Amino acid sequence: MGGEFFYRLVFTGLSAVTLASALVVVSSRNLVRSAFALLFTLGGIAGIYVYLAADFLAATQLLVYVGGILVLILFGVMLTNKIVSVELYQGSARVGRSILLFAGLLYVLFSVFFNTEWRLRGRPEMESTVESIGTLFMTDFLLPFEVVSILLLAALIGAVLIARHEVRGK
Amino acid sequence: MSILDPTNLNAYLFVSTVLFALGSYAIVSRRNAVSVLMGIELVLNSANVNFVAFSRFTATDLRGQLFAIFVIILAAAEAAVALAIILAIYHNFNTIDVNEIDSLRD
Repeated sequence: MGGEFFYRLVFTGLSAVTLASALVVVSSRNLVRSAFALLFTLGGIAGIYVYLAADFLAATQLLVYVGGILVLILFGVMLTNKIVSVELYQGSARVGRSILLFAGLLYVLFSVFFNTEWRLRGRPEMESTVESIGTLFMTDFLLPFEVVSILLLAALIGAVLIARHEVRGK
Repeated sequence: MSILDPTNLNAYLFVSTVLFALGSYAIVSRRNAVSVLMGIELVLNSANVNFVAFSRFTATDLRGQLFAIFVIILAAAEAAVALAIILAIYHNFNTIDVNEIDSLRD
């Protein structure tokens, strides 16, 4: 039963790392510390995807979130703060009401999730998901797949247009 | 303890619920626009965990995982555009405190 114990131990560790670093993300006063804690949250979620037998999604999570979005956010942090003048700090406002919202959401969602009789189908043995995901993309999800590529192009051009500096008097 | 058992749906629901609540807390309470964006990323990730978990435990095919992939793609586009907007705001207002950005023109 050593394998079973290890299986649970790693899952507990992954969940603990994910939630603890998410807590740092939302509570740290240092913006760079928040951004780096987000790295561990996203990595922990990739591990949870592995536990859910979603191997392709775990790789995508690491590539897109950790490799792309996190770097983008770090650029945002660096470009919008005067690092030399140590203004890398962020305040929180309305903490009392926000904690109330946090607790309320937790209560409502927990009572919904744990009091619902989900129609479970058991956990089928899963092989690699890459092939079936590719088949679904090219058959049932072909239109969303193409629409998303147009959306990415639009976001690319839009982001460049919004962020570039207007040269005055030209 | 069902929330520590990886073969039980409740374990994943627990993680995603706490992530969602933490993300909404960040969205409401943070004053720095980049931190609000990080809260949005947490909320999107918690939704993704739910999609994949329900796909694993209640469905026979992988449509839930496909939805999660689309969410990741949209999150990437959203992060790029949101950071471009934040940079533009920073150039115009010289701050990204969401409480102080309250005029439509400068």
